Amino acid sequence: MSKKIEAWDIMTIARNPTRPTALDYISNIFEDFVELHGDRCFKDDKAMVCGIAMLKGKAYTIIAEQKGRNTKENIERNFGMPNPESYRKAIRFMKQAEKFKRPVITFIDTKGAYPGIGAEERGQGEAIAKSMMTMANLKVPIISIVIGEGSSGGALAIGVADKILMLENAVYSILSPEGFASILWKDGTKAKQAAALMKMTAKDLYELKVIDEIIKEQEEDNLNKTSKKLQKEILSITKELEKLKEKDLLQNRYNKYRNMGEFVNI
Amino acid sequence: MVIDKIKKRNLHEMQNEPIKRADIPIGKWVKCNNCKEILYKDTLHKNLSVCPYCDYHFRLSSRRRLRQIIDEGTFEEFDLKIDNVNPLNLKEYSKKIQVLREKTGIDEAVKCGIGKINGLKVVIAVMDGNFLMGSMGTVVGEKITYSIEQAIEKKLPLIIFSVSGGARMQEGIMSLMQMAKTASSIAKLNEAGNLFISVLTDPTYGGVTASFASLGDIILAEPKAMIGFAGPRVIKETIKQELPEGFQTAEFLLEHGFIDKIVHRKDMKDMLYKLLKMHTPYQKEVKNV
Repeated sequence: MSKKIEAWDIMTIARNPTRPTALDYISNIFEDFVELHGDRCFKDDKAMVCGIAMLKGKAYTIIAEQKGRNTKENIERNFGMPNPESYRKAIRFMKQAEKFKRPVITFIDTKGAYPGIGAEERGQGEAIAKSMMTMANLKVPIISIVIGEGSSGGALAIGVADKILMLENAVYSILSPEGFASILWKDGTKAKQAAALMKMTAKDLYELKVIDEIIKEQEEDNLNKTSKKLQKEILSITKELEKLKEKDLLQNRYNKYRNMGEFVNI
Repeated sequence: MVIDKIKKRNLHEMQNEPIKRADIPIGKWVKCNNCKEILYKDTLHKNLSVCPYCDYHFRLSSRRRLRQIIDEGTFEEFDLKIDNVNPLNLKEYSKKIQVLREKTGIDEAVKCGIGKINGLKVVIAVMDGNFLMGSMGTVVGEKITYSIEQAIEKKLPLIIFSVSGGARMQEGIMSLMQMAKTASSIAKLNEAGNLFISVLTDPTYGGVTASFASLGDIILAEPKAMIGFAGPRVIKETIKQELPEGFQTAEFLLEHGFIDKIVHRKDMKDMLYKLLKMHTPYQKEVKNV
């Protein structure tokens, strides 16, 4: 019973509108951040923030799902639900990172890719698939950090990485618990039960080997302390990954996903 | 959500059925979902499960699909007898899989192996909508990935027929991860230079649309197939307005530039053969390296 409450409680924290967003972490972790805009195809989708940032004299490419911090910003950012242009923008910056040999840091925080008419017309599915495929073969280190709500393909689209970190109070799942309950039990109000079953907390996902590390959060001064920790992790993980030959980096990344899923013989 | 929609549609249609059931020998007749004509099952199957009156393409089992596409006697299924470990420990799930296996005679929602199309060897994976609406859990993800890797290893073209409600809810996050797994192996296939033809059939949605199915060098679809990322019901609930006529049909996707060609079922094998042949010299070159 206590576990059930736990998963739902974490879900509530992850969704809390006052929780720090990607831009808050970015400005706390990096020394400088220049946001760059647009997918060069259709528009600049503001649910995704991309750019270049500095840390200890080294440049990183940043790709981040961004929720709004107030109603006005939320409307502008479509409540952090990306349209296909977000993913195409992300792909553009992945390729740019590869060209200039910069590591890529992605921040995951979304309820999911936006389900709208325009999104379908402009190939939401294709954009997500391309983004994952691009990451799978990108010749620079990639670190993904789940900071809030990581829901469905819209989250995973920027989450194919060498190392996946997850904040203690973030969630990561195939779908929202409401959606899960509505599909499996035809009852969206059973979201609490669903959350308990879905293995969506950092602890569950660490056990399932979906993520590599849990980043503990603090009661006080959380943003600063967590950012410090993330900064340290980014520095040390990048250093390790850059020691690898390109071939090994890609093969390790491939194996990581290749091994997702356990089986028994029939 | 998509699965839900499809089930609802069938139920809805059944309720509106105006036929006097007593006149019809059970199991021998079927009503066209589109024009409502009553069709003799044998005639329908001889016509590749396409309605002879209105050209409506009925959904196909993987077995029937393979029979239509692959030269007789050439299909060798991969020896992959694997089962999922029920990662979320859902009580009903294992039982459901067991019942479905008995009912459908297939192990899982995809059948894959090596076969010939007019003499040309291919790796082929065919999804099956009769098995939990073709949803992709760990076993489907593994079988698709294995097929992709076999294509690379044996230097063969790859053909995947998709039909799916998306990632399989019952296996939670592990199903989601199959999207990354399959997309990663397609990246590998592209590096190796193999041809991948993705064929989308009714319906293809969610995590399958958003992974390997959208990553073909050439993407074909059957006429009127419903294809999308988000299901129509979810979109309607989100935007609170009616969806445009023809939304998410194969024709809609063709118009918006997301598929290469719509191919009638009677022409599918010929079209695949033609495309395979156009890539044969390249495949040979690869072999000689």
